[in-house]
Amino acid sequence: MNTVEHKIQNTSPPPPHPLPQGEGDSFDIPSPSRGEGEGGGGSLNLFLRPLFIALWLALLFLPFRGLKAAVILFIILFAAVSLLKAFKNYAGKIKGGLNGDSDHYFINILRIAVEIYGRCPYLEKLPESKARSTVFILLMSVIVLTLPFYGHDYLIDIAVLSGIYIILAQGLNIVVGFTGLLNLGFAAFYAIGAYSYALLNTKLGLGFWASLPLSLMLVTLSGFILAIPALRLRGDYLAIVTLGFGEIVRLVLNNWDSFTKGPNGIGGIGPPHIFGMRISGIGQFYYFVLIFALLAVFVIRRVAASRIGRAWIAIREDEIASSSIGINTTAYKLYSFAFGAFWAGLAGVLFAAKMQFVSPESFTFMESVLVLCMVILGGLGSIPGVILGSIILVMLPEMLREVQLYRMLALGSGLVLLMIFRPQGLMGGKGVSFRG
Amino acid sequence: MFIQQLINGLTLGGVYALIALGYTMVYGILELINFAHGEIYMLGAYLGIIFLAFFTTVGLTAYSLPLAMILTFVLSVIFCSAYGFTIEKIAYKPLRNAPRLSPLISAIGVSIFLQNYVMLTQGATDKIFPNLFEKAGIEFIGARVTYTQIFIIAASAVLMLSLNLFITKTRMGKAMRAVAQDKVMASLVGINIDTVISATFIIGSALAAVAGLMVAIYYGLVNYSIGYIAGIKAFTAAVLGGIGSIPGAMFGGVLLGLVESFSAAYISSEYKDAYAFIILIIILFIKPSGLFGKSQEEKV
Amino acid sequence: MYLLEVRDLTKHFGGIRAIDEVWFRAKEGSIMSIIGPNGAGKTTLFNCLTGITRPTKGVISFFDREITRLGRDSIVKLGVARTFQNIRLFREMTVIENVMVSQHCRTRSGLLSAIIRSSSFRDEEKAIREKALEYLELVGLEAYPDTIASSLPYGSQKRLEIAKALATEPRLILLDEPTAGMNPQETGAMMGLIKKLQGLGKTIILIEHDMKVVMGISENIVVLDHGMKIAEGTPSEIKCNPMVIEAYLGKEH
Repeated sequence: MNTVEHKIQNTSPPPPHPLPQGEGDSFDIPSPSRGEGEGGGGSLNLFLRPLFIALWLALLFLPFRGLKAAVILFIILFAAVSLLKAFKNYAGKIKGGLNGDSDHYFINILRIAVEIYGRCPYLEKLPESKARSTVFILLMSVIVLTLPFYGHDYLIDIAVLSGIYIILAQGLNIVVGFTGLLNLGFAAFYAIGAYSYALLNTKLGLGFWASLPLSLMLVTLSGFILAIPALRLRGDYLAIVTLGFGEIVRLVLNNWDSFTKGPNGIGGIGPPHIFGMRISGIGQFYYFVLIFALLAVFVIRRVAASRIGRAWIAIREDEIASSSIGINTTAYKLYSFAFGAFWAGLAGVLFAAKMQFVSPESFTFMESVLVLCMVILGGLGSIPGVILGSIILVMLPEMLREVQLYRMLALGSGLVLLMIFRPQGLMGGKGVSFRG
Repeated sequence: MFIQQLINGLTLGGVYALIALGYTMVYGILELINFAHGEIYMLGAYLGIIFLAFFTTVGLTAYSLPLAMILTFVLSVIFCSAYGFTIEKIAYKPLRNAPRLSPLISAIGVSIFLQNYVMLTQGATDKIFPNLFEKAGIEFIGARVTYTQIFIIAASAVLMLSLNLFITKTRMGKAMRAVAQDKVMASLVGINIDTVISATFIIGSALAAVAGLMVAIYYGLVNYSIGYIAGIKAFTAAVLGGIGSIPGAMFGGVLLGLVESFSAAYISSEYKDAYAFIILIIILFIKPSGLFGKSQEEKV
Repeated sequence: MYLLEVRDLTKHFGGIRAIDEVWFRAKEGSIMSIIGPNGAGKTTLFNCLTGITRPTKGVISFFDREITRLGRDSIVKLGVARTFQNIRLFREMTVIENVMVSQHCRTRSGLLSAIIRSSSFRDEEKAIREKALEYLELVGLEAYPDTIASSLPYGSQKRLEIAKALATEPRLILLDEPTAGMNPQETGAMMGLIKKLQGLGKTIILIEHDMKVVMGISENIVVLDHGMKIAEGTPSEIKCNPMVIEAYLGKEH
């Protein structure tokens, strides 16, 4: 272990003692109340604070990468933080009080950047002009409908996967986005759908169309079953119980060898047929999934804009106020869970039919997190947003294949940055989000 | 058999309890499920291996094993505390007034980042903790208790007792309890909320680091993914005891360890990881606010 | 005819008696006020009446039907609506959506009709929207149907709360401090609105601190102190009741 040799010489005098009192203030984010910025100590701060931040972070990474990497990291960080700082000071002079409601260092920098680049102009201006949105929709329809004619097989494959994830994420959007119930084990319903079809098909020889209603019934029922104990719980307890449910389902699939073939998974699942025609080519499957995805969006839009959808949103906004206008909150949370599970089940059936193989590996906690990220990235409660979020998060890892090793790092830090800078997601926003 | 499982369960439970304390303290103060906390535990285990390997190469281990071990513990704890402190500043502090979902998602992001960072730098395969302590132990009413187990149980107990003393007797501990009860009031009486939150993260991370290191010694193996599963179980333990309650977390951790070890021995070890969640769901079904949690009337 | 009867109502929180053996009745079509110093148990009483808090003992009956242990939504369905002291709107919904969703328990269309947009569904949606506009007009918010609720000024938010309560088509409306934080002009308008509600045949019980409002519009007043009912009567009776004066001003006076 040659990296180890370097690192300790530097750390045996331990790193800056991480006591809050001392470090808290110097590492801390400058707040206007402390008179930082344009004040007298400006030029000193301009140098010392970035130096300190860079040194601190580089030290933290030291044990894992060795001295050389830490030094490089330090130099990069120092340069980056100094530049940002200088930029902020400069921008602060021209923009004056852009501080807004937060005094956070990094936030302000990005806010200014966003200001300069004009606040996601495409996303926010589109709905305003009817003509433009019609053109946009027409263009998108043409692109989507003709994809198999010009697209590479690989691209179509990714598009099919996007379609499946759109259905899955819209299902979760009902639960988290509309009703405000955090579900961290959503992959469980996806798994139940996929395994139902896999087992009905391989064990009983049932075809796609016979298995589909049975699988969906089973998944919806499991949604109810989970909801009954879960809905008495407050927010975070609910989150953890759903997470536990997801883990239990995965562990059962993994360990019940005689029934699910355990970690080896189930192969040889038959593809669907339409009017005796076998849907097996990727192009055919694309249209097959597309129809289901459109159906999901269509149905969920309509339900969201009905009395039921309004009740869900009301529960999310204020549960006590909802029950005080006569909404049976328990019943509606139950519907929400079951309705969301229904779509997850559909996505699962399609996934099993596409892959012709299922194994517990596809339904881990990371899968639940990924779907949650799609919903959050798109914007909680925004149906077009969630479509966009699903497509981006399916496409992005594929595009980043060359730097595959780093894509999970990017996903992790991306989540943090998203929460800090645009917590409402790409298309979510006050008021806009609920008119699907 | 029974006594053996009891000892095994207590060992495991001590570790869960130490991690659970970090969850419960942060939750008590910020109402945040600090998803990245399990990763701190994992980092603690890795740092132990890294530092010990370094001390071995410089010859300190051969010169004095206890000294090397103490230094390893101290350095791991310092680094993990620094990680906890920094994570809070970067990923949670800017979100303090955001909707409740935001910091939780941010925490999940940190967790993914750390897991993959360790996987990239240290490899995806298991790392071996040098087998420095022979599997020696004592016979105890028909059960074999290794010295490592005794050490883990004792260290957990001592740390938990000191934490209790810290929370009830010191100025900072009292400030923490005040902030947990009412942030606005606490800041009005002159408590620096930021300092208290930082201290919470530092203490929680230090306990997790100790837990991680002890587990590395106990099992002899670490992997970048151990933080996730241990984290979830420890969180389960915290919820079992009623999240936000420090004695609850201790009790929940020990209970969970015992449940796991007994059910693995007497029922089936294949579902070892599932028992925690089954117990959790049953207990929350009966008592929705956890065993020690106070049931709150909704405020109107 | 009495619309609401409360008998022997008691609520303990741990050792504290928030409400202690309270009896009263409200006549249909009347305006009644509940007054008392801070912490007298007024809001707890409302919470018991609307099913948010379960009383320790006692009976609440509405139209001769016991509602003591019913769920919140069932109580609303029977015709009891309320507003909250610290306004509870659906903050991110628009003004009209707030009122539309409040008609939930008076509408019935289900999942299937929502998906296929059947004619009954469309008729119902249209009726909901029209009614919502009527209620908004009644409280004077007809000009802002598409404003996001949380961006309304304070006084308008209080009015929206009343529109929401009305939308559940109640017979009894419980108003928790409707004029708190308002200037005299706004208070006057709110009194007018409450009178208007009475004109629609609604029975009203309000918690109020502003004595001008209480004395001006209520026909009957119940005074609570430390959870106990210490007096009941018409405004003029209450004004000169020595128990009430003592509770408010202390013994010396």
